[in-house]
Amino acid sequence: MNPLKKFLFELQEITTLIVHAFIGLFKKPYYLVDLVKQMDIIGVGSLPIVLLTGFFTGGVLILQTFPTLAYYGIQNEAGRSVSTSLIRELGPVLSALMVSGRIGSAISAELGSMVVSQQIDAMRALGTDPNRKLVAPRILALVLMLPFLTVAADIFGIIGGGIVASGLFNQSFDTFLTSVRNGITIEDIIGGLIKPLFFGLIIGSISCHKGLSTTGGTVGVGRSTTSAVVLSSIVVIIFDFFLSKAIQTILDVKPI
Amino acid sequence: MLSPQTEEPILTEEIIEEELEPTDLEEAVDNVERAVPAIEFRDVYLAFDDKIILDGVSFTVRRGETKVILGRSGGGKSTTIRLILGLLKPDAGQILIDGEDITDYSEVEMMEVRKKIGMVFQEGALFDSLSVYDNVAYRLHEQRVDEEEVEKEVRRMLKFVDLEDAIDKMPAELSGGMRRRVGIARALVGDPQIVMFDEPTAGLDPPTARTICELAIKLRDLEDVSSIFVTHEMKNVEYLSSEHATVNEEGEVVFEMEGEELCLINTEIIMLREGKIIFSGKDEELLASKNPYIQKFMRGK
Ligand SMILES: Nc1ncnc2c1ncn2[C@@H]1O[C@H](COP(=O)(O)OP(=O)(O)OP(=O)(O)O)[C@@H](O)[C@H]1O
Ligand SMILES: [Mg+2]
Repeated sequence: MNPLKKFLFELQEITTLIVHAFIGLFKKPYYLVDLVKQMDIIGVGSLPIVLLTGFFTGGVLILQTFPTLAYYGIQNEAGRSVSTSLIRELGPVLSALMVSGRIGSAISAELGSMVVSQQIDAMRALGTDPNRKLVAPRILALVLMLPFLTVAADIFGIIGGGIVASGLFNQSFDTFLTSVRNGITIEDIIGGLIKPLFFGLIIGSISCHKGLSTTGGTVGVGRSTTSAVVLSSIVVIIFDFFLSKAIQTILDVKPI
Repeated sequence: MLSPQTEEPILTEEIIEEELEPTDLEEAVDNVERAVPAIEFRDVYLAFDDKIILDGVSFTVRRGETKVILGRSGGGKSTTIRLILGLLKPDAGQILIDGEDITDYSEVEMMEVRKKIGMVFQEGALFDSLSVYDNVAYRLHEQRVDEEEVEKEVRRMLKFVDLEDAIDKMPAELSGGMRRRVGIARALVGDPQIVMFDEPTAGLDPPTARTICELAIKLRDLEDVSSIFVTHEMKNVEYLSSEHATVNEEGEVVFEMEGEELCLINTEIIMLREGKIIFSGKDEELLASKNPYIQKFMRGK
């Protein structure tokens, strides 16, 4: 198969996976327990790494930009600069990348080993649709939890920035927070919440698809795990560009 | 005795009444149903890439019959079973379950059919993340059965395979044979009318292998289950085709040897070779076969 054909074929597979999982959500039996369990694993489980990532990213942003801002005499706007970049870009993207590394790999490894040990076949033989029992709760949990994780990363990033600004550059925490408050717009917040919804869908569907299409025994599980993480990270970054443009256009975001 | 002129109408009425007795009617319906085979393959073809796995395979499994499938490793036995479950689709031909043509069934339609089939996977295929209890209870949990009933049924099934002690263990803590038996218990929950065993005795010690064959015999003779029993081992074939399970006066299950007065008709053997059925019949015919391939298969040389 040539690469283009392969790409289109895979795109079609992923789309059908999403559609089936989505339709399955509205049919009995409902897999509520599985959903809650996945939300716990994905949401609560990823919280520490996402918070750490947010905190230090906020910190390093101030570390690098404060001297420049001070040079132009606008160091009082430091809070605005860090919060805007975090909420618009870094919060959603970095959280998504961390989650794709942690959860995307786990999902595809789990589903992949279920495929090679015939557990998926056994599940189908016992009358359960794996799309509904396994795929739907995972994708839905990612879509629901990623926005929360992103918000948490944003908040910790701002705190991290504030601590660096006051600790290393002697700016009062109040000045920093005032600048943050002036900088955040409602459009930024809405945009920053829409992105993780899509990223969750991307990570979930790619990881589930890669896991379920595993072939070739345990070696295959390793292969599909790697490609799930790589592919979902790249797609997140590419999608982020187009999503940003779309959000800018639709919400009419002001450049500053 | 009675004069026909006067008594005839009354008699007929009686007969009609008798004919309408519910038990008789049920029996009649039952007989019609029994005539429909539980599983039927009609000229089934299947190839992976250019490798032909099944090349025009036809056979039927009647109700209450056990079909033993013999064949070399890689001969397409597991594939045959996967076709019955609809986990794979044939390239050509038809597959019927209880007279229903499932060849073109969608995954959703197959779900209904799979409800009446129990499947014992070659490698057990237990759910690693679930305990033995939850594995066996899987089907019932999916059907949202009351937990009290689930527990009763799970204990009954685990007792059947003699694994009551392992109820709280995780699959990773079990030996291969125990996993296989949990797999059997899981497949038999809900009393499916069709059961498929994919090499259930491979790699087990002779007594455990014997227990599993006894299980299959009991299902066949006492529960009227139709089954497919895939195996390489001639010992299993011998057990399945020469012993019969009955319940004696004390209510115990006993196994009678086939002999002068007892001849088993509900077990047949088919042998697959290079995608074709090269033998189909009773064990006696298999033993008497002059085909060099079959002789070699039975003796190993
Ligand atoms: N998904 C698949 N893709 C390609 N080839 C396959 C696939 N599944 C099975 N095969 C091939 O089909 C053939 C039959 O496999 P099958 O598992 O049915 O054999 P078997 O008779 O059950 O063997 P065994 O006794 O070793 O279990 C094998 O040669 C195998 O290589
Ligand atoms: Mg096999």
